[in-house]
Amino acid sequence: MNFSEVFKQSNQLCKISPDGKYLATCVQYRLVVREVSTLQILQLYTCLDQISHMDWSSDSLFILCAMYKRGLVQVWSLEQPDWHCKIDEGSIGLVSSRWSPDGRHILNTTEFHLRVTVWSLCTKAVSYIKYPKACQKGIDFSKDGCYMALAERRDCKDYVSVFVCDDWHLLRHFETETQDLAGLEWSPNGCVLAVWDSSLEYKVLLYSLDGRLLSTYSAYEWSLGIKSVTWSPSSQFLAIGSYDEKVRVLNHITWKKITQFEHLATINNTKVVYKEVEKRPTVRSDNLSLHNITIGTNLFNTQSKYEICPPPVQIPVVKPDPDRANPKIGVSTLAFSSDSRYLATKNDNMASVVWVWDMQKMSLEAVLEQTSAVRCFQWDPLRPRLALCTGNTKLYLWSPAGCVSVQVPTEGGFQVQSLNWHCGGDSLILLGKEQLCLCYMDTDQVDK
Amino acid sequence: MSPSRQNNFVSMLSSLPLSRSSYNVICAFCTEDNMPQCMSYINQELDSLGLCSPRIEASSPGGAGLNTVPALNAMYELMQIHRRNMCTLEELENDQLKKSSTLDHMQMNNSRLKDQLELSIREKSGLHETERQLQLKIKTLQSCLKTEKDEVQKLQSIIASRASQYSHDAKRKEREAAKLKERLGQLLVDRKDKKLALDVLNSLGRSDGKRSHWKTAKTTTSHEDEMYKSLLNDYEVSQRSLLLENAELKKVLQQMKKEMIHILSPRLPSTRGAAAENSREQADSDGEEKAGDTSRETLDQSCEHAREQLTNSIRQQWRKLRNHMEKLDSQASLVHHQLESNKEVIPRETHEDEMERMRREVQQCKEFIHAQQQLLQQQLNTSFDDETAALLNDCYTLEEKERLKEEWRLFEEQKRNFARERKNFTEAAIRLGREKKAFEEDRASWLKNQFLNMTPFTDRRRCSSSDGQSALSVRSEPEMRMSSTKAQLAKSSAYATFSTPKSTQSATVPSTTELYRTLRLIPDSSSSRHSNRGSWQESNTIDDGDFRVKSNRIQCRDLSIFSLGGDENSLT
Repeated sequence: MNFSEVFKQSNQLCKISPDGKYLATCVQYRLVVREVSTLQILQLYTCLDQISHMDWSSDSLFILCAMYKRGLVQVWSLEQPDWHCKIDEGSIGLVSSRWSPDGRHILNTTEFHLRVTVWSLCTKAVSYIKYPKACQKGIDFSKDGCYMALAERRDCKDYVSVFVCDDWHLLRHFETETQDLAGLEWSPNGCVLAVWDSSLEYKVLLYSLDGRLLSTYSAYEWSLGIKSVTWSPSSQFLAIGSYDEKVRVLNHITWKKITQFEHLATINNTKVVYKEVEKRPTVRSDNLSLHNITIGTNLFNTQSKYEICPPPVQIPVVKPDPDRANPKIGVSTLAFSSDSRYLATKNDNMASVVWVWDMQKMSLEAVLEQTSAVRCFQWDPLRPRLALCTGNTKLYLWSPAGCVSVQVPTEGGFQVQSLNWHCGGDSLILLGKEQLCLCYMDTDQVDK
Repeated sequence: MSPSRQNNFVSMLSSLPLSRSSYNVICAFCTEDNMPQCMSYINQELDSLGLCSPRIEASSPGGAGLNTVPALNAMYELMQIHRRNMCTLEELENDQLKKSSTLDHMQMNNSRLKDQLELSIREKSGLHETERQLQLKIKTLQSCLKTEKDEVQKLQSIIASRASQYSHDAKRKEREAAKLKERLGQLLVDRKDKKLALDVLNSLGRSDGKRSHWKTAKTTTSHEDEMYKSLLNDYEVSQRSLLLENAELKKVLQQMKKEMIHILSPRLPSTRGAAAENSREQADSDGEEKAGDTSRETLDQSCEHAREQLTNSIRQQWRKLRNHMEKLDSQASLVHHQLESNKEVIPRETHEDEMERMRREVQQCKEFIHAQQQLLQQQLNTSFDDETAALLNDCYTLEEKERLKEEWRLFEEQKRNFARERKNFTEAAIRLGREKKAFEEDRASWLKNQFLNMTPFTDRRRCSSSDGQSALSVRSEPEMRMSSTKAQLAKSSAYATFSTPKSTQSATVPSTTELYRTLRLIPDSSSSRHSNRGSWQESNTIDDGDFRVKSNRIQCRDLSIFSLGGDENSLT
């Protein structure tokens, strides 16, 4: 495992182009484009204000930089550095900005979600979509880039509009049976749209592409409901994480629950529980971590390793304040591995634990208990390998063969706040507060 | 007279029944004769009663009268006493009556109270029972109450969380509305509306490089078509995968059914009729299934009828299997139960069987041994049955003879081979010896010649003598050879040995080694040659000294073995 040097970034805006060749980072109001392999700066662009959001177009030719405060979006071209494009939303403000799947249209959501403006870079035309819903996930593009689903709210009722991304033609417009639509997501095969309600009501609705309601699923009433929803990459499963600390998995044939995963505070079965154990830094000789690259200044970085705990294992549980809204309880993060074999979940009242479930056996595969709350985890796009970080200077990797904790070798401590895999699966971008670092994996994986 | 009379009176008095109207007794008690006795008696009685009346005396001595006053006093006192007694008697009787009545009353009371007590006990138990039931009811109600309370609490917590969520959302919305109002106010005030604008250097081409099309009805329908196409594609794909899965599962079911049939059919031997029925049923179902199979294959396995049949037959088979298993289980448990309850039954039976078997075996073995013994006896004592014994003997001896003959034959063959070898050896050895001898002779003659050449007189004579000697030696050798071979033959008949032959010799050097040496034509020392010659000469005496030769042979044999070994070693 190699680590690159540390670069500056701001706002956690650091993205690799879809073709995997370039890395774009934002430093205050500058946009820096580097080549991934050499990390040489290829282009440097200057925007008019501090960049709030940055994204690559799907063909990796253009980058949009949005400055929400100023209501501006600037688009830069990689091929033609002289080309410039500026979109000014004017007084109506800007809340979010995104590319369309074809990379030639920009959708801006105005302040107060008054409307969605669709700017065409080909024709310079503008179209408006009214009444977009201000919710957790109101817009979603299908994976093949053909269709866009938009949640709308009119007259206290929720609607979903399906647009054809080619010419923004409204294909379908239908009402949903939700109380307060919180989000929608296309299945990876683009044929089913999952729509779920807010946390006050546990309801998932499945609509086919042509707007027919295929199925409704509601696990229980009254208690706080859905916290997170995700599709498996094969479109076979829909995993729903809810506030009752359970994940329910629906199958794509009958749209009925096939299993539910419970996050218990005591693990009794013989599944492997990896517990991160920190070692005192004075013990230098006893280096049990496989890939601890010890540099002299690591005296303050405590080394850690994973220990396998024998069952029964007690998981530390933090009880949330019952009076506050959006309590820190329930399954907030779900992620399927790329082959749909594993599902990684995080339960918010066991924030330092990541649970890995095997979808073939429908059972718990591994539990990773960290020393502090897990901030981010992501699956390798190609292999069943999970990378996670907890806000300290270490990077943790899990695979079915075992797991390893790696110290990020930087001077001055680099707290890993979030991470992103490269689309080729052989390198990781680690983002700290103001810094970023690239981690290159070996071709053969090293395990514990 | 007085004591006897008194006694008479007393006995008379006592015998007569006491009655108040027994004045006749007084008449009987006292007569004119026994007055003084009566009087003394009465006085005595009065004294004993404690009456202090004066004594009754006769008015005149010897007269028939009495002193009336004391008599009257005595009588009066007696009457008083009597009245008193009567009074007390009456009182006592009264008392007794009273007491008996109270006793009766008490007894009645007692019985009544007992009844009451019993009744109250029963009541008490009934009350206990009701109390218990009520306690139970209380418990259940308490648990219900607890659950209800828990549920209420849970609902309360849910309500609380919902309320907090609602309030949070409401607050958020309110804040947004406030922002909106603010912005609206700002806009109205500002009036410097920044127009939204797109400032782009140049338009970009479409990502797919094609020209954009006008929006027409055709495009909308084409969009619709495309959408439906993609949907249909997806459905088709999923249907195909489901069909495949179905086919797999059906195959598995078929296999299972076949296996179940296979398992069940040979294991129902008891109920033949049932088995026949089953098999017929199976055959029927199989037949149907077979027909269904073919049709199914052709119809792409979508025939619901066939599917139903398959599942029904599987269920049937499974039921049979399960029943069978249950039967077996029950049998096993029964056996186990029997085993546990009555430990000797089963094991003893098997045990007895085993014992029986073993006894039989033992019997058989004994018989066999006996037969063997008999045979042996017969063999040993030929007098039993001469003919058969003779026959047997003959048989045996014949067998033995045969064997012996065979062995003899082999032996003879071997002997012949050995003899032949030996002959060859000896011939070769003899030849060699002869040659050697000749050489020696020549050498000797030569030397002699040389020597004599130094003295020029005896040349020719030496040559001739040497020739003569060599001729002699030559002549002697065939003799020796023949004799040696004869001796060897004789010897070999007695001993079947491998020892390479030869005439042996004195203990100095075994001839066989010499022989080998000569055979291999190893350059020998002259002494050895001389000794060889010596040996040959000695062999002449073989016929005479058999035993000596024998011993020598023995020696030689032993030595030869060693020498052979040695030679072999040297060879290798």
